[in-house]
Amino acid sequence: MYKKTVFIKDTNFQGLGQTKELYNKFLEALRKKNLQDKIQIVRVADMGVYSKGFVVRIPDEGILYCNVKIEDLKNIVSKTLVNGQIIKGLQCDRVEKQLRIVLRNCGVIDPESILDYVDCDGYQGLKKVLLDLDPLGVINQIKLSGLRGRGGGGFPTWMKWNFAQKTQADEKYIICNADEGDPGAYMDRSVLEGDPHSVIEGMIIGGYAIGARKGYFYIRAEYPLAIERIQNAINQARDYGLLGQNILGTDFNFDLEIRLGAGAFVCGEETALIASIEGKRGTPSPRPPYPSVKGLWGKPTVINNVETLANIPYILLKGPKFFAKIGTKDSKGTKVFSLTGKVKNSGLIEVPMGITLKDIVYDIGGGLIDNKQLKAIQTGGPSGGVIPAKYIDTPVDYDNLSKLGSIMGSGGMIVIDQTDCVVDIAKFYLKFCVDESCGKCAPCRIGGSQMLDILINITEGRGKLEDIDKLKRISTAMQKASLCGLGQTAPNPVISTLTYFFDEYKEHIENKKCPAHKCQELLDYKVIEEKCKRCGGCVRVCPTGAISGNREDGYKIDLVKCIKCGKCFEVCRFAAISKE
Amino acid sequence: MISATINGQIVNVAKGTTILNAAKKININIPTLCKHLDLDATAACGICIVKIKGTKKMLRSCCTPLEKGMEIITHDNQLQEIRRTIIELILSNHPNDCLECGRNNNCELQKLAADFGIREQPFKRFLRQIPKDDSTKTIVIDPQKCILCGRCVQVCQEMQNVWALSFLERGLETRISPAGDINLADSPCVRCGQCSAHCPTGAITEYDQTKRVWQALYDTDKYCVVQIAPAVRVAIGEAFGFPDGTNLTGKLYAALRKLGFKAIFDTSFGADVTIMEEASEFTQRFVNKKGKLPMITTCCPSWVDFMEKFYPDMIEHFSSVKSPHEIVGVLSKTYYAKINKLDPKKVTMISIMPCTSKKYEITRSQEMFASGVQDIDVVLTTRELARMIKQAGIDFANLSEEEPDHILGDYTGAGVIFGATGGVMEAALRTAHYFITGKNVNKLEFENVRGLKGIKETEIEIKGIKIRIAVAHGLGNVELVLKKIQAALKAGKEPPYHFVEVMACLGGCVGGGGQPYGVTDQLRLARARGLYTEDDKKELYLSHDNPYVKKLYKDFLKEPLGKVSHELLHTHYKPRPLYRK
Repeated sequence: MYKKTVFIKDTNFQGLGQTKELYNKFLEALRKKNLQDKIQIVRVADMGVYSKGFVVRIPDEGILYCNVKIEDLKNIVSKTLVNGQIIKGLQCDRVEKQLRIVLRNCGVIDPESILDYVDCDGYQGLKKVLLDLDPLGVINQIKLSGLRGRGGGGFPTWMKWNFAQKTQADEKYIICNADEGDPGAYMDRSVLEGDPHSVIEGMIIGGYAIGARKGYFYIRAEYPLAIERIQNAINQARDYGLLGQNILGTDFNFDLEIRLGAGAFVCGEETALIASIEGKRGTPSPRPPYPSVKGLWGKPTVINNVETLANIPYILLKGPKFFAKIGTKDSKGTKVFSLTGKVKNSGLIEVPMGITLKDIVYDIGGGLIDNKQLKAIQTGGPSGGVIPAKYIDTPVDYDNLSKLGSIMGSGGMIVIDQTDCVVDIAKFYLKFCVDESCGKCAPCRIGGSQMLDILINITEGRGKLEDIDKLKRISTAMQKASLCGLGQTAPNPVISTLTYFFDEYKEHIENKKCPAHKCQELLDYKVIEEKCKRCGGCVRVCPTGAISGNREDGYKIDLVKCIKCGKCFEVCRFAAISKE
Repeated sequence: MISATINGQIVNVAKGTTILNAAKKININIPTLCKHLDLDATAACGICIVKIKGTKKMLRSCCTPLEKGMEIITHDNQLQEIRRTIIELILSNHPNDCLECGRNNNCELQKLAADFGIREQPFKRFLRQIPKDDSTKTIVIDPQKCILCGRCVQVCQEMQNVWALSFLERGLETRISPAGDINLADSPCVRCGQCSAHCPTGAITEYDQTKRVWQALYDTDKYCVVQIAPAVRVAIGEAFGFPDGTNLTGKLYAALRKLGFKAIFDTSFGADVTIMEEASEFTQRFVNKKGKLPMITTCCPSWVDFMEKFYPDMIEHFSSVKSPHEIVGVLSKTYYAKINKLDPKKVTMISIMPCTSKKYEITRSQEMFASGVQDIDVVLTTRELARMIKQAGIDFANLSEEEPDHILGDYTGAGVIFGATGGVMEAALRTAHYFITGKNVNKLEFENVRGLKGIKETEIEIKGIKIRIAVAHGLGNVELVLKKIQAALKAGKEPPYHFVEVMACLGGCVGGGGQPYGVTDQLRLARARGLYTEDDKKELYLSHDNPYVKKLYKDFLKEPLGKVSHELLHTHYKPRPLYRK
């Protein structure tokens, strides 16, 4: 039986392969002290530390060593692990910008073991709730914590619970919205897979607070491991009397069931999600009535996002005041982001609310790849917007992001550099929403397609200045008259790029040029004579025979024949093809 | 009552009233498209949005209840601009071939575009290339013209409980279709046509057969005769500017003669005959205990189709009597042809019906060819007839009233109330009472089966025997009645009813799927009133008192349920699959 765990990672590289040597040497050092059965070395994929060489974390002592060399291992074992001494020279001096509440157990415990979770104070929050608090007391704790919904809307969680609690009904339901669908987002999935019990505990507490006896997990079928682990965790919780009749010896009964979603983005919308669970076509319905009054099968229903629910046990365990200390005035706690794009260390991060975008991009993300200049940051996924680099000192919270024309959303964050075209990015996100529109309401169904068509025209050199007015007109109609959040927010990427990067649109439309050299149709390929070594490689790959010439006279690209596929640019080893 | 302001005007309405209806109360019309007066809001189009002080969002007035103290703005520059944009977007996804459309001049989208003065199309045309579905030969779905308001789906699923129509695909590809993308004819569709009656555009229309009728009328070799159903006379006026529910029987006869029909019959006469047979059948079952109880009426072909598909175990409870127009049809090619020495093959029978399903009924089984040829050649809906009258240049409003051809044209009050829900029951009870007691009842004896309540249950007493009856209309209301019967039969108990009338469409035939577009409860009531007024005025109100019915039995049929009757006036039913593929 292991007693202590040590995590290691080479933070200069992606992947796990790089730690193999260190791992073997570490094991050797442990064997010498005969500790191999007492201390377990775990190679982890992400530690929240980047570009600090080999990192060793000993969680029990809260020790973090970085830039560890092979020769340091002997000392780490003999001094730190045996004697508990701290080696000052190795200690990581950086301030920890990340704060893990939601991901507190992810990568730390065995997600298939309820005992591991219990060891980390699991189900203690529930115990406190069932033994010490009445439902209104629980809601009050959540109110004091200031927790807001992490699914995107940012609606105060206690208010949702309070509405449902107050509505009289013979049955009530709580649903965990695990229909995470933003492109590139995997925050909820990580929690479901890494710490399923924390979500389940959150559900049971929520169920108790609103007076529900039944809860549903709505998980997209594309998350098979999450489904498996949640089911396993439900079974375990039942075996331990944490689900079912008379939970923890009280008269509270509650059980959970999984419902699979087919992966339609719109089913993340509450009313569409309810329709989907009921076996109907997943389309939104008008509100009111709100789900907290008339939801699943006509009964009061609370729908909370995975991340929101994972916060609940922590709040009740540590107390709402402790939680409320973290974050800004109106946005409490932490937020999990999936940091991607042109950033060195992309991955899942959890930060306290109020951290600046700069800290996220440069301190946690390690800056931009190839140290390029930051152009903008896209937040909030397909419903969000871009925030230009000049606002990089903005503290991240619900209200600040919304003031800048973006949203927190479920936590997508994409770093954009000068080689990214904002029109292209707007087009990408809009296309996503157009594909995912359920087709029920006219503004979203037709408006989205019209806007996409205009953006395609602009990026392919057929744009007109009046298109900008059309984009704005349709955007307003979609924002104001679409039935659900999908349609109401789908124009956001377009509106925010128009606001901050209007010149870039103009350049596409008036000069038929893409400043980022991203929009293929607007590029002109040319052979740079001085650089050309006349190898003829470009001629061979050109699919349309647009490149002519010979070794003596050099080569030329016929712009009429050129289809701008970029093959010649890619194949040229002498950077003798220009595109602009 | 709650109080709020709309455009500064104070409005007081009952709790739960939508903003749309509250505004209407103070004479403010908020434009709508997808909302149908009688149906729950589907909230699809977004045109009815309004501003509410204190919220940034705009809300749909069709489905948002007015709340106390709300300050609502229904019209301002921004709202109008958004509405206009939505209309332009919808038009960019619509064929806009109004001149060739079945709803030209009668289309809710066209009207909205006209009201907003749309003069150009700023957006790109996105047309969906989806073929029409006319497989049922009763109703035609043209998905290109569909604006996805969702009324038809709501009507098919909730009002009619048939579930033939649903939404398929998503985004711009969304369309209405039977599940599994099969043809309507292969789906559970019972052809009631309520989808077409509620459709705001030309996306669902009747299967037009006017061409065939014109050809027959101009064919000198053919002897064209025609019959009109009770409900047609009180609805056709809507196409000619008459007040709702005006009974135009005499003008219709005149118009049909002008169109070139050689003889004008009335389905209400067939209804009187139906009653003779059906009341006899009921007496047989009820008094003589021959056959199953409750007995269920079968005048409605959509109902028959529904039963054969969804409740085949109830077939034995069906009355075997054909529907009134089939009776007039077969009699026109036997009895009438014989009297007038006509070759039945040359007689062409056209039925003018409020119904799309009747187009299907005329070939639904072998018994519909009882005369030796197809008893009815073509069925036209009220809508098709109105178009023919206009095409023929007939000044309908100023026609003098005429009489039908007497032999199959005269009817009693009992025959004409067939067109409204409860009418068959009321007519049958009047005659059954006579059959059981030998005495005639007062006209208003069984009045409590009238009205738009979904299920009407009552108990009447004839000669000290209690008869329990139920009247259901709108197929969605039928299920409760049937489940009650099934449960009692299964438990071996006395059935809850002895006699049940069912009509597939809400309000009965007056609300039929082939009636002029834009049906609402208000219209259903007005049309029904037109029929009951005629019953009030008629001296004869008992089917068995109709002298031409008496003559028919004396000269030709001999007796109800007799041998000739059974050959010509009765039919069989069989279980049919819900899905044919």
